[in-house]
Amino acid sequence: MGPLIPANGLNLVIGLFLGIAFGFVLEQAGFSTSKKLVGMFYGYDFTVLRVFFTGGLVAMIGVVAFAHFGLLDMSLVYINPTYLWSAIVGGLIMGLGFVIGGFCPGTSVCAAAIGKIDGIIFVVGSLFGVLVFAEGYPLFEGIYWDKFLGNVQMSETLGISQGLFAFLFMAMGAASFLFTQWVEEKVNGKPNPVLQPKKLYIGFSAVIFLVGLSAFILPNPEVSKPKEVKKEIQNGKIQAAMITPDELALRIINYDNNIKIYDFRPTEEFEKLSLPNSINLKIEDLFRKGSNKLLASDIEVKKIIIADNEKSALEAEEIIKDKGYKNLYVLKGGMQKFADEILNFNMPANNIPQNMLATYNFRKSASKTIAQIIKDSKKSNVIVKEKKRVLGGC
Amino acid sequence: MSEKPKNFMNPYLAGILLGLVLLATIYITGRGLGASGAMKSAVVASVNVVAPSHVQNTKFYQEYTQEHPDGILKNWLVFEVIGVVIGAFLSGLVSNRLTFKLERPEKVKSMTRIVGAFVGGAFFGLGAQFARGCTSGAALSGMAVLSTGGILTMFCIFGGAYMFAYFFRKLWL
Repeated sequence: MGPLIPANGLNLVIGLFLGIAFGFVLEQAGFSTSKKLVGMFYGYDFTVLRVFFTGGLVAMIGVVAFAHFGLLDMSLVYINPTYLWSAIVGGLIMGLGFVIGGFCPGTSVCAAAIGKIDGIIFVVGSLFGVLVFAEGYPLFEGIYWDKFLGNVQMSETLGISQGLFAFLFMAMGAASFLFTQWVEEKVNGKPNPVLQPKKLYIGFSAVIFLVGLSAFILPNPEVSKPKEVKKEIQNGKIQAAMITPDELALRIINYDNNIKIYDFRPTEEFEKLSLPNSINLKIEDLFRKGSNKLLASDIEVKKIIIADNEKSALEAEEIIKDKGYKNLYVLKGGMQKFADEILNFNMPANNIPQNMLATYNFRKSASKTIAQIIKDSKKSNVIVKEKKRVLGGC
Repeated sequence: MSEKPKNFMNPYLAGILLGLVLLATIYITGRGLGASGAMKSAVVASVNVVAPSHVQNTKFYQEYTQEHPDGILKNWLVFEVIGVVIGAFLSGLVSNRLTFKLERPEKVKSMTRIVGAFVGGAFFGLGAQFARGCTSGAALSGMAVLSTGGILTMFCIFGGAYMFAYFFRKLWL
């Protein structure tokens, strides 16, 4: 599961190679010439819009699809934070710089690399602009940090699914491709020779459209999967291996190394009381990179899934099973029953059925032993902390 | 070496390749591409050479050095942008586009273009600091991960450019 996030030194080398690819593509696209770049703003050359929008859309749909198929843990990916005013003001200032200077920082570096003097000057100008910001920082600081909305995604802001947003964006892109081609032909008085033959482009657009449509129907697994599982449990379609409180108690008393407990209760409850050798997880964690590591590390071990009640544990079990893990056991009756029957077991004063006598005696001693084991093992239990996002941005 | 420069790549093909490079970057490193961040590193490093005490005493540089404990230039974006220089150079080499000249529209004087490039660059550098990224780091990479701020910045860059284009038409037409 991505992002892979290689170790620091390797990451820098990879950055170098990704940069080479980035620079090569930008230069091949014609981004090293300012006349082509500003053409978009005067209607005679929309190359920038075509390359930029196509690139952004391909990456966006890739990201949405990767996240859908569990290939990319979005909670670890850098999502540019949104500071409302600085995003708007900064964007407008950059727009001004774009029409005056004819480059943006990335493209000016490309232009400079192939010997364009105007590119080199633009780079020097950009450095000066950064210096102005650095020296005037106390002046700009207020607006720079104002109206923080978090690392939000447009789909959240608009309250729609990622797939739908990607689809709408793609529709917008397609419309702009058509519209700008029309504008370009009007302004230049002749069709753009690059965009012939038309048939090829229509076919190509159709393919892109279908890819976009497929992104539209991809739901976010983190939202859709738990719902699906709940439905299946309601319909009684789920069959899972179970473990009774008595068996679990026996294994704990025997210090059975062949079990690992995955505890899906809320963290507060886990902190108050947790069984030895247990890990606290949330359902969301199952869609993160970290939990997969935890589950994968002990493939041979019996994984005992517990929650407040049996049903919640069953939901977690189904999602884990769906990821291909085996050896899963659900605690019967949930932690509630385990507490009633073992941890807080009270020997009834009378009327003990004959066949339960041995069981009750076991429970009575287990209640004491396990209380002690829990006390001793406090340190080994794990609460999965959320990993931090990669820091990125410019 | 007087061969004619080759044509530019088909824009949609270039776009797809660009998107794949960006997607690979996100999948491998968990972050997008960028450019202006490296310029920030270069500025901080230069100021640190010229006036180290100024870096230690000024808030902007303090914040930067705190965020980059490994060293000012030991930074992913710096390496990536060095890569961009190499990649663009190689591309220019294979397509016979290596030159050493000031490119400008015919009617525009050299001095006008030089001043325009510098002033435009300065605005872009300044704006990129506000928006926490430029066309690459905020707009393109932000769009790929659906960042609200990134997409907003993208619309503002292009919208702003259209808004101001009329006033600077003499620089290009």
